[in-house]
Amino acid sequence: MNFLDDFIIRAALAGLGVAVAAAPLGCFVVWRRMAYFGEATAHAAILGVALSLALSLPVFAGVLTVALLMALTVSTLSGRGYAMDTLLGVMAHASLAAGLVAVSFLTGVRVDLMAYLFGDILAVSRGDLAVIWGGAGIVTTLVVWRWSALLTATLNTDLAYASGIDPRREQLILTLALAVVVAVAIKVVGALLIAAMLIIPAAAARSFSRTPEAMALVAAGIGAVSALGGLAASWHFDTPTGPTIVCVSALLFAGSAMGAPLRRSG
Amino acid sequence: MSLLDIKGLAVRLGANTVLHDIDLNIGRGEIVTIVGPNGSGKSTLLRAIIGAINPSAGQVRRKPDLRIGYVPQQLHIDPTLPLTVRRFLGLPRRVSAATALAALEQAGVAPLADRPMSGLSGGQFQRVLLARALLEQPELLILDEATQGLDQPGSAAFYRRIENVRARLGCAVLMVSHDLHVVMSASDRVICLNGHICCEGAPKHVASAPEYRALFGAGTQGALALYRHHHSHDHDHDHDTPEAAI
Repeated sequence: MNFLDDFIIRAALAGLGVAVAAAPLGCFVVWRRMAYFGEATAHAAILGVALSLALSLPVFAGVLTVALLMALTVSTLSGRGYAMDTLLGVMAHASLAAGLVAVSFLTGVRVDLMAYLFGDILAVSRGDLAVIWGGAGIVTTLVVWRWSALLTATLNTDLAYASGIDPRREQLILTLALAVVVAVAIKVVGALLIAAMLIIPAAAARSFSRTPEAMALVAAGIGAVSALGGLAASWHFDTPTGPTIVCVSALLFAGSAMGAPLRRSG
Repeated sequence: MSLLDIKGLAVRLGANTVLHDIDLNIGRGEIVTIVGPNGSGKSTLLRAIIGAINPSAGQVRRKPDLRIGYVPQQLHIDPTLPLTVRRFLGLPRRVSAATALAALEQAGVAPLADRPMSGLSGGQFQRVLLARALLEQPELLILDEATQGLDQPGSAAFYRRIENVRARLGCAVLMVSHDLHVVMSASDRVICLNGHICCEGAPKHVASAPEYRALFGAGTQGALALYRHHHSHDHDHDHDTPEAAI
């Protein structure tokens, strides 16, 4: 018997894959104050689910497309003087609502909406696992390859220009990576909790880190502990797995935040 | 060939024409200072030079592969981004520990290498920014009001450092400044900007030019002149409301 036959093993590997992909990207989301941006992209994913079910496409493809369109729309509009939080508030909830309405039109297809809103990590198949780790690989490669340029553009756009880096291009790469993470994570934690997997581990890692690289690695570690700990806890307490993973992550953040004043390393 | 050649540059931001008819040439090893009232387009000109703003007319020609060291007016580092001085120097290109230390020594802040950027004082921060700019081995060093927030002795020391850097690296320096009297002594050429180039030349020449006096008042001694200048000056140029453009 292959060890991937065990659904718990598959769930653990899926959780680890999402943690690895989300950690470095989550750091950029935190540094660039894009938290709500991640959320808007994630909420749009429900619309992607509805469309892919209606058109009989793989869910991954539909979610990736809609998440990408959402991210690009927000990126474009943000340069045109709209108040960012208002814009995101409109887009995030409008796309979530539109997605929910669209799903209700799907007669003949039985849709377990809860599975897409909150994830269904225990039902991860081998195919899902391949998609998750494939996506994680793409995102990690992209971020490692562009790391210095991304970091410089995040620090200050003028510094980036002076060094021959185009910050708009780096923003586009982040946007692309964000859409991929949303698409692979929807199975694991669901559309409503993806932003949590991006932001909470990165925020918890801040007080342990003196360099950006350290923060990304610590965030990946915290994400991995959250995924495995959440899986174990949901088994033990018979609770929904996705939300339990996020709860463990939040507890780690709380611990880190309370410990921070003692360390104060800056 | 000169490092930088600007012809007929105009920049429009929204409905405002911030800069127009700018011709500017910078040669090797020159120290050129831009002075001008608030909203006269000084920072905009620098940002057009580094390529952060697209001109609406004219062109900015840089020497091919021109290495630019840029010291921004201010750099806000988000508190969630952990960054030591040493790591900051390695952005975007990693440098060896020895190279980083040498740059910090040149800027006079060698003991700070392992400190977080968030723990630096204003003067230390500016010198670290300078150290980073020097690591690019610049042919052209661009400073945008680099002494903002420094006191008089602090900014005087900073400009002496710039002159030392020029002497050692042979790079040209283009800076924007508010410290008029320091500028006058430290520059080869001064450009007086107010949406366009009002006048330019050797510091002495500019200080006595009617266009300059119209902008900054007759005395170049104190900074007060800067804030009391009249916009309704009478040299025969046409000024678009400079206050509207920042």
